[in-house]
Amino acid sequence: MLLSLEPRGQQSRAMLWLSPVLAAVLTLISGSLLFLALGHDPLETLHTLLIAPLSDWYGVSELLVKALPILLCALGLAVAYQARIWNIGAEGQLLIGALAGSAVAVNIIDWESQWALALVIISGIVAGAAWGGLTAWLRTQFNANEILTSIMLNYIALNLLLFFVHGALKDPAGYNFPESAMFGDASRLPVLSEDGRVHAGLYFALLALVAVWVLLHKSFLGFQVKVLGLDRRAAGFVGFREKRLVWFALLVSGGLAGLAGVGEVAGPIGQLVPQVSPGYGYAAITVAFLGRLNPIGIVFSSLLMALLYLGGENAQMNMNLPQAITQLFQGMMLFFLLACDVLIMYRPRLKAGLFKRSSAAVSNEAAV
Amino acid sequence: MDIDLLTNIFYAMVRTGTPLLLVALGELVCEKSGVLNLGQEGMMLFGAVIGFIVAFSTGSLWLGVLLAIAAGMLLSLLFAIVALGFNANQVATGLALTIFGVGLSTFAGAAWVGKPLTGFEPIALPYLSDIPLIGRMLFAQDLLVYLSFALFALVAWVMLKTRIGLIIQAVGENPDAASAMGLPVLRVRTLAVMFGGAMAGLAGSYLSLAYTPMWAENMTAGRGWIALALVVFASWRVFRVLLGAYLFGLASIVHLVAQGIGISVSSNLLAMLPYVATIVVLVLLSRDAIKTRLFAPVSLGKPWQSGH
Repeated sequence: MLLSLEPRGQQSRAMLWLSPVLAAVLTLISGSLLFLALGHDPLETLHTLLIAPLSDWYGVSELLVKALPILLCALGLAVAYQARIWNIGAEGQLLIGALAGSAVAVNIIDWESQWALALVIISGIVAGAAWGGLTAWLRTQFNANEILTSIMLNYIALNLLLFFVHGALKDPAGYNFPESAMFGDASRLPVLSEDGRVHAGLYFALLALVAVWVLLHKSFLGFQVKVLGLDRRAAGFVGFREKRLVWFALLVSGGLAGLAGVGEVAGPIGQLVPQVSPGYGYAAITVAFLGRLNPIGIVFSSLLMALLYLGGENAQMNMNLPQAITQLFQGMMLFFLLACDVLIMYRPRLKAGLFKRSSAAVSNEAAV
Repeated sequence: MDIDLLTNIFYAMVRTGTPLLLVALGELVCEKSGVLNLGQEGMMLFGAVIGFIVAFSTGSLWLGVLLAIAAGMLLSLLFAIVALGFNANQVATGLALTIFGVGLSTFAGAAWVGKPLTGFEPIALPYLSDIPLIGRMLFAQDLLVYLSFALFALVAWVMLKTRIGLIIQAVGENPDAASAMGLPVLRVRTLAVMFGGAMAGLAGSYLSLAYTPMWAENMTAGRGWIALALVVFASWRVFRVLLGAYLFGLASIVHLVAQGIGISVSSNLLAMLPYVATIVVLVLLSRDAIKTRLFAPVSLGKPWQSGH
C-alpha cells in the first residue's frame, strides 16, 4: 500500500462540499477519455453535451422544464435519506402520480373552472403519497426492507400505468395509440412565457423547495428525522416515534414525486403516455446525494442533471451518440462521489509501504 | 390440466428460475461474508450486454459467457474498492453500481438492440429426458442451465462442507474475531464480492444468450433485485435459494399456466406478478424481526477496517 488512509477524527466540512465538485470533474475526465476511445473529439463532445444546449433562451427554459420533476423527486428523497430510509421508489411514485392525475383529468375534460387543475394536481400528490405510504406500511407493519419493496413497487407502478394507458384510459378517438385524450385547458398547468415551455409547475417546485428547507433546517420534525438517521437507538431513547417518522418521510417523498409526475402530464406532455418519465425518479437518487441531501445543494445538482438530459438528447441528434450517455454520466458521478466522500473522514497519506506490508505478512503467518 | 402442460410448465419454471438462481447464489456467498451488494441488477445488465456483443462479434457463445463473467467481476471490483477499500456506505455504493451498470449497458448496447443471434439451444439427454413430468425439466435444458445445476452443487458443497465456507462465514459473523485469528477479512470479502459479480455476469449472459438471445435495454427487468429478496427469503440457506429461485420462476410464467387453462388476463397485470410475489414473500418472512436477525450474517452491511 503506497497510499494509506488516516482518520481525520472529525469530518472535513470543506471536503463535504468539494467532493461533489471533484466527482463532477472526474466524471468529465472519464467521459472525455471514453469519447476519445470512441473516436470523438472530447472537447467537441463535451461542448455538444454541456454547453450547446444552453446557447439560447429556449435551451435555458428547457433546462428548467427538465429540472422541475428531478428537483421535486430529489427533495422528497432528501427527506427520506436524512432519516436513513432508503426510498428507491421515486420513479414509481412519480408514475402513480401521473396516472392518478390523468385518470381525473380525462374525466373532467369539459370543465372550465380553475378547480379542474387543483383537482388534478391534488389527486397526483395524494396518489404519489399513497404509493410511498405503501412502502411505509410494509416497513412499519411487517418490517419489510424498504429498498426492495420500493423497487418492486416501481415495476408494479410501471405495469399499472401501461395497463391503464392500453386500456381504460386510452383515447377512444386516438386510432388505438396507447395514449390518453389530451387534457382540457382548465386542467393544464399554464405556460409562463410565450417562447418556452416553462410552466406554473415552477411555482410548486419553489414552494416545495422552501417547505423542505424549513422542514429540514428549522423544524423540530426535521430535527427528529435527522436524529433518526444518525442514530436509531438514540432517537428511540429520547422518545421519538420511529414508525411515525418513517410514515412521514415516505409520505412526503411520495407526495413530492407524485407532484412531479402529475406536473409532467398536466404540464409539458398534456396527456398520459407510456413514457411519462425517462428515469427522473432514478436520476433523483444521484441528484439527492450529489446535493448532499441539502435543498440548496439539490437545486444545483438537479440543474446539472437536467443539463445532462438535454445534452444527451443533443448528442444523439447531432453526433449520433446514444442518448444513454445521460445515465452513464449519472452512474459515474454517483460512483465518483462515494469514492471521493472517503476524503471527508480520512486524509490520504503517502507511505513507504514497507512497514505495513511486513506487519501484514506477520499476521498472515500467524494465521497459518 | 394435462400432463404435457405440466411438463412444459416445469421446464419453463427451471428456465425462468435459472438467472435468479445464479445471481442469488453469488449474492448469498457475498452476504455470508458480511457484504451487502445491491449492485446485482447493474452487474447482470453489464454481463448481458458484454456477453451479447462478444458472442455476436466473434460468433462464439462461450467466449461471450466468459467475458460476461469477467465484466461482472470488473464491476464488482469497483464496488469492492469503494465499499471495502474506502469504507463507503454499502447501500449507497450498491445503488450507484446499479445506476452505473444500467447506464453503461444501455450506452454500450445502443447499436446492438434488436440484432438477431442464435443462442444456446436445449440439449436433450437420451432416455432421461423422456421421464414423465421431470424429464424435460431436468434433462432437456441448454448447457447454461446444466452449468447452473453444477454451480449450485459447488456452492452448497463449499459453503456447507469446506474450510473455505467456514472462513467466509466467520468473516461475515464476526470480522473482529476472524481478523484476530489471522484471517484476511478484507481479502475474503473482496473475493466473495467478486464471486457475486461473476455469478451476476453469468446470469446476465444467460438472459442475452440463452433465455431470449438478444439485447434490449434493461432486459433483466428487476431480476437482480428479486434475487436480493430471494436471499432473504432463503434465510441465507443455500437449499432454500434453489427452491425460491424456481418458485419465483413459476410466478413469472403464470401467463403460460393461464393460457393453458384458458383464462385471459391482461399481460401487463400478469407481468406484475413476480414483483407482487416478492413483496408478499418479504412481508411473510420479515414479520418476525427477531427471526430474520437470527439468520442474517451478523455483520451484514457494516463497514469494517482492520485495526481501528
